[in-house]
Amino acid sequence: MAFAVTKLRIVASRVLQAAPAIAGVIIVTFLLTRALPGDPAAFFAGPAADANSIAEIRKTLGLDKSLPEQFFIYIGQLMRGDLGQSISTGRPVIDEIAARLPASLELTLVALILSVSIAIPLGVLAATRPGAWIDHLCRIVTTAGVSLPTFFTGLVLVYVFYFLLGIAPAPMGRLDIIALPPPRITGFFLIDSLVAGELETFRSALVQIILPALTLALFTLAPIARMTRGSMLQALGSDFIRTVKAAGLSRRMVLGTYAFRNALLPVITTLGMVFSFALGANVLVEKVFAWPGIGSYAIEALIASDYAAVQGFVLTMAILFVTLNLMVDVFYTLVDPRLSNKE
Amino acid sequence: MAMAPDAPVQAEVFAARARFIRHIRHVLTSNPVTLLAAILAFLILTAAVFGPLIVPYNPLETNAAMQLKPPSATHWFGTDQLGRDVFSRVIVAARLDLAIALAAVAMSFTVGAIMGLVSGYYGGWTDVIIGRLCDTIMAFPLFVLAMGIVAALGNTIENIVYATAIINLPFYIRMVRAETMVRREAGFVQAARLSGNPDWRILAVQIFPNALPPMMVQVSLNLGWAILNAAGLSFIGLGVRPPDPEWGIMVAEGANFIVSGEWWLAFFPGLALMLAVFTFNLLGDGLRDIVDPRMRT
Repeated sequence: MAFAVTKLRIVASRVLQAAPAIAGVIIVTFLLTRALPGDPAAFFAGPAADANSIAEIRKTLGLDKSLPEQFFIYIGQLMRGDLGQSISTGRPVIDEIAARLPASLELTLVALILSVSIAIPLGVLAATRPGAWIDHLCRIVTTAGVSLPTFFTGLVLVYVFYFLLGIAPAPMGRLDIIALPPPRITGFFLIDSLVAGELETFRSALVQIILPALTLALFTLAPIARMTRGSMLQALGSDFIRTVKAAGLSRRMVLGTYAFRNALLPVITTLGMVFSFALGANVLVEKVFAWPGIGSYAIEALIASDYAAVQGFVLTMAILFVTLNLMVDVFYTLVDPRLSNKE
Repeated sequence: MAMAPDAPVQAEVFAARARFIRHIRHVLTSNPVTLLAAILAFLILTAAVFGPLIVPYNPLETNAAMQLKPPSATHWFGTDQLGRDVFSRVIVAARLDLAIALAAVAMSFTVGAIMGLVSGYYGGWTDVIIGRLCDTIMAFPLFVLAMGIVAALGNTIENIVYATAIINLPFYIRMVRAETMVRREAGFVQAARLSGNPDWRILAVQIFPNALPPMMVQVSLNLGWAILNAAGLSFIGLGVRPPDPEWGIMVAEGANFIVSGEWWLAFFPGLALMLAVFTFNLLGDGLRDIVDPRMRT
């Protein structure tokens, strides 16, 4: 009981620690909106506006008030989920983002699962056989992986698998053009199609996501594999491993139970950096594969000078990032038995 | 009045320099990968400095008769949709890509060093504010923050440089701060303080040189990342404008032709980009061996 309470208290303090980050994110996003070159009202009004409508927009946006006042108005708008109007589509930014977020999330999550399930075994195998071919492979993959521009990898994959081999579909979004999206439940096509029992749609969504997810996975694989190898090597060199080896435990027990579980914790903490990479690279991958997520929405908005949309996108991504980090932190707290003894 | 340096002191200096050169030679020859990276870096720098002088064609010159020709003896990397020579464009682009990355890294280096020194040396509320600033920058996915900054400041190359500098800033601040904190109360710093040196002098002369070696490693690793970041921003249409040759925008333009099989448009600039990033990453690892012999394997 005391154990559970301690854990709960640590989790609560972790959640509280995320608050300054969220506050910082909101302040920076606010300042970015107000730092627009020239007159923000003119930008929000769009290119076709005359002086009268600009003045009106200035009033509705509250731009005639002082900066602190504007900030509180901005907070109030955020509370109501109001991110402003998208001038390119004429719809509220929050609706646009909500409609496109699942596509980005689905891509990022599939890519992360793929990358973790390749990188961790690779790192572990490399650490257990130093100097063997798998160790060299790991080193090549980790050095090359961080140097690969995501958009370049994506294009090479498209060329090889779509144009040359013809086994991948055209890089044109989440589904075959003739397929209809499944009824929306989670917004993840892979899950929704299964729930609806539409196997054909599932297959179509799956073949569409493979290449973009692989592109993203190749990029995020390197830091995870490098960290896994490093921390596994460190764990294997420690005294308790020598002890369990001397006690005659099987290789499987030594590696799996003792070394791996201890090596995993530093890997979990590096996931934060990996998320940052993944969410940033996500934008580039979405452009290459015409993936209808919030990244490609932001690119369109940038080109069209649709600033409310861009700010909404930056804010959404940052909050997503903070949330992901928080989830990792909470998970870390829950699995690490040492943390509950500290207090 | 200049004094002739003592002969023994001079000999000592020479010996130290000889040791350093021997050490560099040892690192370069014992690790062929670092040697390769050094050669590649030299080639890339040559392309950046002399690019426009050595390329066979004018990178901006269009030629309607030579559109979308695959690589050949006359056009090593083929030609693009306007008949421009891809090889010439890739070589000339090195200057712009490197210039953006170098400017951004120099900016984060300078600002990061000053903020890190102040933060680590004085502590207190200065440290709290600078630390908060770092946390806030790191609370964003960095590429996304760069997009937001460029969108807010305006879509120009200078703003790409500022955005890249800002997102790299926390890494420099944190590194210099840590290096400063461990030396704040060190014997040589206290000695300097007791002999009446002002704070800025202690920071500049006693503490900063000690933080320099790890920072140089960071610079090299960061350079690759800065190139990648700048090219990513121009790939999505920010900063560099066509027809200026730049690797990111060339890949973006070539991307439209990948599905119809004209691979060379995007492939060669992408390859150049990858090679440049790879080179600076390898060089960073090599530099670490030079400045930190303990890490040598």
